[in-house]
Amino acid sequence: TKLDDSKMAGAEGDDSLYPIAVLIDELRNEDVQLRLNSIKKLSTIALALGVERTRTELLPFLTDTIYDEDEVLLALAEQLGSFTVLVGGPEFVHNLLPPLESLATVEETVVRDKAVESLRKISQEHSPVDLEVHFVPLVKRLASGDWFTSRTSACGLFSVCYPRVSSTVKAEIRQHFRTLCSDDTPMVRRAAASKLGEFAKVLELDYVKSDIIPLFTALASDEQDSVRLLAVEAGVSIATLLPQEDLEALVMPTLRQAAEDKSWRVRYMVADKFSELQKAVGPEITKTDLVPAFQNLLKDCEAEVRAAAANKVKVFCENLPEDSRETIIMTHILPCVKELVSDTNQHVKSALASVIMGLSTILGKDNTVEHLLPLFLVQLKDECPEVRLNIISNLDCVNEVIGIRQLSQSLLPAIVELAEDAKWRVRLAIIEYMPLLAGQLGVEFFDEKLNSLCMAWLIDHVFAIREAATCNLMKLVEKFGAEWAQNTIVPKVLGMANDSNYLHRMTTLFCINALSGVCGQEITTKHMLPVVLKMSTDQVANVRFNVARCLQKIGPVLDSSALQAEVKPVLEKLATDQDMDVKYFALEAISVLALA
Amino acid sequence: MWSLCWTYSLNLSSVPGDGEGQSRWCLSQVKGAIDDDVAEADIISAVEFSHSGELLATGDRGGRIVIFQQEQESKNLPQGRAEYNVYSTFQSHEPEFDYLKSLEIEEKINKIRWLPQKNAAHFLLSTNDKTVKLWKISERDKRPEGYNLKEEDGRYRHPSSLTTLRVPVFQPMDLMVEASPRRVYANAHTYHINSISVNSDNETYLSADDLRINLWHLDFTDRSFNIVDIKPANMEELTEVITASEFHPLQCNTFVYGSSKGSVRLCDMRASALCDQHSKLFEEPEDPSTRSFFSEIISSISDVKFSHSGRYMMTRDYLTLKIWDLHMESRPVETYQVHGYLRSKLCSLYENDCIFDKFECCWRGDDSEVMTGSYNNFFRMFDRDAQRDVTLEASWENGSPGCSLKTWRVCAGSRRKRSEIGVDCLDFSRKILYTSWHPQDSIVALATVNNLYIFQEKPN
Repeated sequence: TKLDDSKMAGAEGDDSLYPIAVLIDELRNEDVQLRLNSIKKLSTIALALGVERTRTELLPFLTDTIYDEDEVLLALAEQLGSFTVLVGGPEFVHNLLPPLESLATVEETVVRDKAVESLRKISQEHSPVDLEVHFVPLVKRLASGDWFTSRTSACGLFSVCYPRVSSTVKAEIRQHFRTLCSDDTPMVRRAAASKLGEFAKVLELDYVKSDIIPLFTALASDEQDSVRLLAVEAGVSIATLLPQEDLEALVMPTLRQAAEDKSWRVRYMVADKFSELQKAVGPEITKTDLVPAFQNLLKDCEAEVRAAAANKVKVFCENLPEDSRETIIMTHILPCVKELVSDTNQHVKSALASVIMGLSTILGKDNTVEHLLPLFLVQLKDECPEVRLNIISNLDCVNEVIGIRQLSQSLLPAIVELAEDAKWRVRLAIIEYMPLLAGQLGVEFFDEKLNSLCMAWLIDHVFAIREAATCNLMKLVEKFGAEWAQNTIVPKVLGMANDSNYLHRMTTLFCINALSGVCGQEITTKHMLPVVLKMSTDQVANVRFNVARCLQKIGPVLDSSALQAEVKPVLEKLATDQDMDVKYFALEAISVLALA
Repeated sequence: MWSLCWTYSLNLSSVPGDGEGQSRWCLSQVKGAIDDDVAEADIISAVEFSHSGELLATGDRGGRIVIFQQEQESKNLPQGRAEYNVYSTFQSHEPEFDYLKSLEIEEKINKIRWLPQKNAAHFLLSTNDKTVKLWKISERDKRPEGYNLKEEDGRYRHPSSLTTLRVPVFQPMDLMVEASPRRVYANAHTYHINSISVNSDNETYLSADDLRINLWHLDFTDRSFNIVDIKPANMEELTEVITASEFHPLQCNTFVYGSSKGSVRLCDMRASALCDQHSKLFEEPEDPSTRSFFSEIISSISDVKFSHSGRYMMTRDYLTLKIWDLHMESRPVETYQVHGYLRSKLCSLYENDCIFDKFECCWRGDDSEVMTGSYNNFFRMFDRDAQRDVTLEASWENGSPGCSLKTWRVCAGSRRKRSEIGVDCLDFSRKILYTSWHPQDSIVALATVNNLYIFQEKPN
């Protein structure tokens, strides 16, 4: 029979080949998950085949597999980036180029990008000769490919080969890059624009001036917004390369034009890259050019641009040259900031609120009290909760400069309003800032004004709030200590054990879960444990099984006599409860606490 | 079910001269069953040539897309016939049910738009009322062969027979065309999508429904940006809906949308992120003498298309085709009556719902002519320079294959010549809503109910 035949042949078979054979066969399995799995173990397959067969058989096969699903191709592109050893070391690394070349032309951007990343990686493993013989021709083929996909991939490869080739090849590479910068399709021009800065970095300064600057100027006035906005970032990189005296003539006219571009997306990009730009052009140009440009962005007609600029207010001010920082802020920036505080768009206000507090450290106590404090107070009363939250979350910066007392009168109503906001997500956000606020405001102020809020959240009708409130209590105890806990919150928490609403009774248990650790053995044994044990006879099963879970949780805090004498009998009783879940959790607690 | 795959081969006989009542257009191919009994699912709902004209896609109410490819031989011979054959067929959309709103979502393909070609594969966007999908149509002519643990026919080989590892090798095979879904852009439209349009930046596209227009990046399915929202705070105040929208072919920041009130707004995305403020409003003041109950209905824009040059824009309303110069908002530079004789029949057209038909329109590749459909399987072509227009009929029986199509005239009176037909004799159930013009060549494709007609112009 057939089976017997194969058994006979099997006499010579090699068992160690089997797992590899499965992996190879699964490279073409119908199930994409199995193919993916095999591709991820490509190095295992290559090791088993040896360098020779990997080069002559495996790589040609992989070169043709470009029909596969994106995730498989992505994994393949990644694997090939670290395959040099498996094909026989740097001497043979060029064998990896064909499969990566075909991956660099697929339509899926993530796959192409990964192929380019791997190509960049292995380019470093080429000897200078191999680079010119194998790698550069590949870059040229991609750069002059019929489809834009291959030309976009080429854009990312120029900068890695340029520094290591002869001057003739360098000239060719520059020519190819120039051609791609004026490609017919916007996709290629975008790719070129996004790599312009990186390419400029590896070029000789003379060529930066003679080649890159005209390309930058052209891309920055491209008819497509999407190309122009990428030129902004390139401009930043180029500016860092040029000596100060050339900046004004070569880069600034274009950047000025970008800051006033007709398209809001380009202006947005300028605002978004403003700090980098500021560092690149240095203090003098910052004073003469960037300050007015920044003022305009803060007053832009498009809210997206204003929001992006507002986000940069603090960093921009911080990086202003020290000698004129205060004057510039007070006379140029602060007036714009004042207008933004009452902007019509809430995203703008909220962006500003997240950084405005940072100005106080820069301006110092007197200016903060006189100029910034009124703005904080306005924002604390803003109709949009996000604005108020952003102010509150950054209180620590102000605290260092002027102390929080100045603010506390306005702070309190703002906090109370947020704490009672109709949207539970807003309430959740403010709870998360409570420990921070408590730390800033001090224990007395907290006890007096905020403690009742924290307790009120424990009976909120949304579970997420009650849960966060429990966690908040734990953090407060960490801050104020066990004694404070015993005097202020423990009695209130334990009082809820007698509430008629079972959800509130459960909250007591959840609080004990959270607090027992930070409160320590004495408070837990003396005050909490009796309450928990008493609740084991609750008529609601959910409460009873939470008693079991609670006992399991606080068990490690208790000493063994309490465990044996008090906890064990209660758990044993719960283990015979008629409710299945109660039994389950009781038995689990007994086994975890080793009380059996 | 794939009745469009049937082609009626037509013999190219000797072509008679350009006589009186005859056009330079001749029938090239008819696709689909010639049958009076038409299944609902087979009704064509979209026709679109690819950018090179090599492919022609149709969508139907059954959610299917059929793609035809121009034969290589006929492409190289300018005198030859525009022969299109089935290249790929696939199910683009399935019927769905929205459980939250208790609404059925039809699978009907509302629009198809091709993407500019980016590699050897072709890509298109198709949409039904709610969901846009990106499809890849690619060819495969090699397949891997050689397993370690089984034979090519699937029989297992015993593991112990393994003495050496085999790496699969790609071998040539018969050409296979695959259509695979690449992206699904869902959950962004509360109302019915009426238009999709790809931006000239080749990375974004817009989708428009009755009240909103969204901007998508082709690579991201989880987010889109709302760029137009005309939904009033109180829906009772709703007086106008968006009926069609398109991106400018060259300026990536410009798009237009037409409304049910007959106006077209041009928006500049550079000006602001939300384009609720239009930068131009194209609207012709209503002629008070022709005002009637139907005025607003018939002025509703059913299609808007930019010329290839980007200088002009064409709008179709129920009775006319208008061409606007983008530099002049106050009135169109050209107005063509598509079927002015229906003005007296509006009442009955309202009763049989025909007045709500949405006719599409298209430009010739060089913008010198425009085309749109009408009733009785008639379609109209307008030569802009010569100010000449023709009425032609998409018919298998009447137009002898390869011969010049005769031109029709519709007249109101009862006395008529051979090439004339009375208004009362028109068949309103046979209408040509969807038309597409080959981007370069003198080839047009249009859909009657369930048939795709391809016509070709004879060279001079």
